[in-house]
Amino acid sequence: MIPAPFEYERAADVAAAVTLLQQGGVEARLLAGGHSLLPLMRLRLARPRLLVDIGGLDDLRYVRVEDERVSIGALATHHDLASSAQLRAACALLARTAEQIGDPQVRHRGTIGGSVAHADPASDLPAALLALDAEMIVQGTEGTRSIAAADFFVGPLMSALRDGEILTEVRVPRTGAAGAYVKFQRRAQDWAIVGVAAAIERDGSAITHARIGLCNMGPTPLRAPGVETALVGADGPGAVATAATRVAELKTPPADQNASADYRRHLAEVMIRRAVAAAVA
Amino acid sequence: MATGERYVGGGVLRKEDLTLLTGQGRFVESITLPGLLHLAVVRSPYGAARIRGIELEAARAAAGVVAAFTGADLAEEWAAPLPMAWPVTEDIRIPEHWPVTQDVARYQGDAVAVVVARTRSAALDAAELVEVEYEELPAVTDVEAALADGAPKVHASLEDNSCYTWTLANGDVEAAFAKADVVVTQRYTQPRLIPNAMEPRAVVVQPLPAAGDFTMWSTTQIPHIAKVLFALTLGIPESKLRVIAPDVGGGFGSKLNIYAEEALCLALARRLGRPVKWVAGRSEGYVATTHGRDQIQHVELAATSDGKILGYRFKLLANMGAYLQLITPGTPLLGGFLFCGSYGGEAYHFECTGVFTNTTPTDAYRGAGRPEATYAIERAMDALAREVGVDPVEIRRRNFLPKGEMVPSPGGLAFDTTDFEMNLDRALERLDYEGLRAEQRARRERGDGKLLGVGFSTYVEMCGIAPSQALGSLNYGAGGWDAAMVRMLPTGKAEVVTGSSPHGQGHVTSWSQIAADALGVAFEDVTVLHGDTHVAPLGMNTYGSRSLAVGGVAVSLACGRVVDKAKTLAGHLLEVSPDDLEFERGTFSVKGVPDRKKTIQELAFAAWTAHSLPEGAEPGLEASCVYDPPNFTFPFGTHVCVVEIDPETGAVEIVRYLAVDDCGNVINPQIVDGQVHGGVAQGIAAALWEEAVYAPDGTLETSSMLNYLVPSAAELPSFELDRTVTPSNTNPLGVKGIGEAGTIAAAPAVINAVIDALSPLGITDIPMPATPERVWRAIRDAEGGAA
Repeated sequence: MIPAPFEYERAADVAAAVTLLQQGGVEARLLAGGHSLLPLMRLRLARPRLLVDIGGLDDLRYVRVEDERVSIGALATHHDLASSAQLRAACALLARTAEQIGDPQVRHRGTIGGSVAHADPASDLPAALLALDAEMIVQGTEGTRSIAAADFFVGPLMSALRDGEILTEVRVPRTGAAGAYVKFQRRAQDWAIVGVAAAIERDGSAITHARIGLCNMGPTPLRAPGVETALVGADGPGAVATAATRVAELKTPPADQNASADYRRHLAEVMIRRAVAAAVA
Repeated sequence: MATGERYVGGGVLRKEDLTLLTGQGRFVESITLPGLLHLAVVRSPYGAARIRGIELEAARAAAGVVAAFTGADLAEEWAAPLPMAWPVTEDIRIPEHWPVTQDVARYQGDAVAVVVARTRSAALDAAELVEVEYEELPAVTDVEAALADGAPKVHASLEDNSCYTWTLANGDVEAAFAKADVVVTQRYTQPRLIPNAMEPRAVVVQPLPAAGDFTMWSTTQIPHIAKVLFALTLGIPESKLRVIAPDVGGGFGSKLNIYAEEALCLALARRLGRPVKWVAGRSEGYVATTHGRDQIQHVELAATSDGKILGYRFKLLANMGAYLQLITPGTPLLGGFLFCGSYGGEAYHFECTGVFTNTTPTDAYRGAGRPEATYAIERAMDALAREVGVDPVEIRRRNFLPKGEMVPSPGGLAFDTTDFEMNLDRALERLDYEGLRAEQRARRERGDGKLLGVGFSTYVEMCGIAPSQALGSLNYGAGGWDAAMVRMLPTGKAEVVTGSSPHGQGHVTSWSQIAADALGVAFEDVTVLHGDTHVAPLGMNTYGSRSLAVGGVAVSLACGRVVDKAKTLAGHLLEVSPDDLEFERGTFSVKGVPDRKKTIQELAFAAWTAHSLPEGAEPGLEASCVYDPPNFTFPFGTHVCVVEIDPETGAVEIVRYLAVDDCGNVINPQIVDGQVHGGVAQGIAAALWEEAVYAPDGTLETSSMLNYLVPSAAELPSFELDRTVTPSNTNPLGVKGIGEAGTIAAAPAVINAVIDALSPLGITDIPMPATPERVWRAIRDAEGGAA
C-alpha cells in the first residue's frame, strides 16, 4: 500500500529537528530507522502530516562504555548494540536483547531511539531497559531533561515525551549484573508473544538482587516486582521456579490471536525461569 | 525419448533465473503506458451490509481523479456476470456475481465503488473520500452455523445457504460397515488459507478505441481461458482481445481465476478510452483474492480387527464463501476421488455439501481438494493403527493397493502406475525408523525433555486431469488438452510455443530440455514463448500440476513431428529413402554411410529457401500438436516428519523432514526438488502456522502478514529429499507431476508426528494449525489441568 500524503523534512541537527517538530505539532513525527513507523504508514494506520527525518544525524549514533554507565546515542542501530564487544562485556543483557530483534534488515536499520520512543509494549528493548533502570535523555525547546525508564512508558505507543521533544540518548548504569533476554514467538521475525529480560546479581550461587522486565505482558513494558522480591535468596532452579510463579500476580496480560491471557501468564513464568538460568549460566 | 538424450534428467540451470534474479523480469506492475489511469476499488468493510447510498462527489472532485462509478453506473458494461465454470450438479445454486455489487455487500472486501485517477496514490486517496452509507446486516462465516435453522442468508434470493450436494459411491458401503470389526470415526477441520504468491495480483488493459481492440496484461495463470471468458463477460469479440501473462510471480491457484478487477480494467478502459491499471496491495489481496481450503470433514473407516479396510464413508462441508468464483464448487471435489488414498477396500461413499458464507470466495489453492483428502485419510490411518494396535507403517502396508498398472482404487479411479510399498521402503531405509522409535522410548522412560514424534503420509494424488471427455462428464467447463508449436528457424535455432503458462515453474528450462533432446539441438538454441494469446493461439494453461504431463508432452510430440518432416526432406536431399536414414543428435545420416548426412540446421535452412522440397511438401520446418491425454497421472510418495515438542510451551519444532516422491520420469531434478521444497513448506505452513480467521461479524482478523503467519526459512528444517521412479503409462514421456505433491503430503505428516509425540498423554487430535497454545492446552488438559 501507499501511505497517505505527507510532508518530509530532513533535519540538519537536533536543534533543527526540535524546531521542525515544534512547528509540525501533533501531526509531526520523527523518522529514524523507520521500521516501526513506515509499516504503520503503509497500512494507513499512522497518518503523520510531517515527517522529520533525523536518520542522517550521525553524531547520535554511538555506543560509549564509561566507568559508571553505558551511553548509547538514539541512532545506534540494533546491530550496533548486538555487535559491540564492549557493550557485551559491560552490559550483556542489552547486547543479547538487541541481537534477537526482528531480522537482520530490521537490526541494521532500526534504532534504539526509535524503538524506545515508539513505546510498543511488544518491543524487546524497552523491557530490557526497564530491567536495567535506564534513563532516557531528551531534548526539547526548553532544553534537556532525563526521564527514568520506569516513568518513560505510559501506555501502548505512548511515552512521557512531550510534543517537540526528541530522545537523544539512553543511559544504562553499570551494575555488574548478569543478564539475559529470552522470548517466545511464533516466527523468528515476529514480535515476542512474551519476552523476559533478567538482570541478576549473585553472591556465590544465591541471588542477591534481581530485576525482571517483561515484554508484551501489558499496555507498557513491565517490571515483575513480586518475582524480583521472591528471587532474592533463591539458590538453584527449584527456588527460581517458585519465584517465577509470582508472575501470576500480573493482572494485565493481553489476549490476541497468538495467545490468550492465561497462556501468556504461563509463558511468562516459563520464560522467567529460562531467562534467569541463561543469565547466570 | 529421442536417441542421444543430453539434457532431459540432467541438472541444467534454470534459464529464467538470470533475468529474474538480476531484476530484469517483466512484471505487470512495472508496465506503464502513455495516458495510463489507475483504478482503486472501494470495498465493504463489513461482512454483510445493505448499501443505502453512495456519495461520489468528493472523490470525483479530488486532485487527479478522472472518474468514479458505483455498481449501478457500470451495470451496462457487463454482458454476463463473472463466470463460474464448474456447475457440479444439475441443481447447484449459482448466485449472480457482478464485479461491483449494487444492493448488498456480502463479504468484507466486496467491491462497492471504483475510482480512476492519474496516479495510484491519487486513486487510493480519493477512494477514501467515497462515502458509502451501510446498514450492517447479520453475517455468518462458519459452515455449520450457516446451515443451522435461522442462519442469516448470504443471498436473500436463495432458500438457504447450501449451494449443492455432490455424491460419489462405489460398492456397497452399508454392507462393508455392517461386517466391520472396527469403525474409526473422526472429525477434522481444514483451516481457511490465504494464498501468498510473492507477486500480488495486478492488471493493465490498453484499449485501441479506433479498432475496438484490447490488450490485457494480467498476473494470471490462465491467459487463454481468461481471453474466452472475458470476451463473454464484457461482450468483446474474442478476436479483439489479447491477453498477456508476462513474468508472473507465483499463483498457487489464486491466479487461476476470472477476477472482478480484471473485468473492471477492461470495462473502464473501454468506457474511458484510456489504459487502466490496478495493482493489489498485500492486505487488499487478502480480501480480494480467493482463499483456499475451509472444510469440515467427517471420516469413517470400516475395517477388520487386523486393520484391513473394508469401506470408506466421508461427509464434507465445504465453505464456498459469498460467491462462486471460477471453480469454487468443484475444488473440494478434486479430492473427492482420493479420500481412500493409496489404500484398497470394497466400498466408498463420498458426499460434499457446498455452503455460502459471508467470506471471501474460496477456490483452488495448491493441491485443490487433494491436500484435504490426503489429510483426512492419512490422519484416519493413524487413528485406525491406534485402534487396532499396530504401527503406522504396518497399517499402511496392510492396506496399500498392489504394484501395477491401471490399478483400480475404491474411489473409482484407475491409477496409472503404482509401487507404494517400494517407495515406503526407500523412505524407511533413509529414516532409521527403528533408531527413532528407540530414541522415543528412551525419552519417554526418562520422562523429561522434548517430546519426540514421527509422522507418516504415504500419499497418492492426481494431476494432469484428462481426457477432456472425462472433464465433460464432471461438468467442468474446459478441456484437458494442451497445445504446442515447434519450429526450426532458418538460422537453425528452435522456437517452442507452448499453451502452458508458467508463473515460476521453470517451463522455459524444462521445455528447452525436452526440445533440445528431441530435435538434437543445443539447449541454448531453444527459445520458449508462452503466456500471450497472440503468440500461442491455443492453450489450456497452468494449474493442477498439469503442465509437464500435458503441455510438456505436447512439446515432445510436436518435436517428433518436426523430426519426421525433417527426415523426409533429408531423404529427398540425400536422394535416399527416409527409411534408410538414422537420426542422432540432430543429424540425419545414411545408414552405413555416415558421411552422407544433413544436420537439422541445414534442413531448416533448406526448408526455408524451399529451393528443393519433396513432392507435396510445404516450405518451412514446423509442426504443432494438441495433446489430450488418455488419463490422469498419479504421483505418489512417502513423507516423514519428525518433531520435537517443548512440553512447557507447546512449541512444535520440525527436526527432520524426509520426502521420497515418485513423479515418474524426471526432466529437471533441480526443478523437481524446488517444487518439493516449496510444496512441503506450504503444507507445513498449514499444519503449524497459517489460518485465516474471521470474526463472527465477517471481519477478516488475519488481515496482513503481521497476523497471518507465513513461515520463513528460519522456521523450516533442511529438507531431506529422495525419489523413486515409476514411469507413468499415461503419456510417452512417462512423466507425472510434482507441483502440488509436497503440499498435498506434508500437513498430515506433521500433524501425525505431533500426535505421535503426544500420544502417551492420550491425546488423539490437535486441529490445524497446531499452534503452541493449542498444543499446550491439550497437554495441560490431558494432565488434568496440572500444568
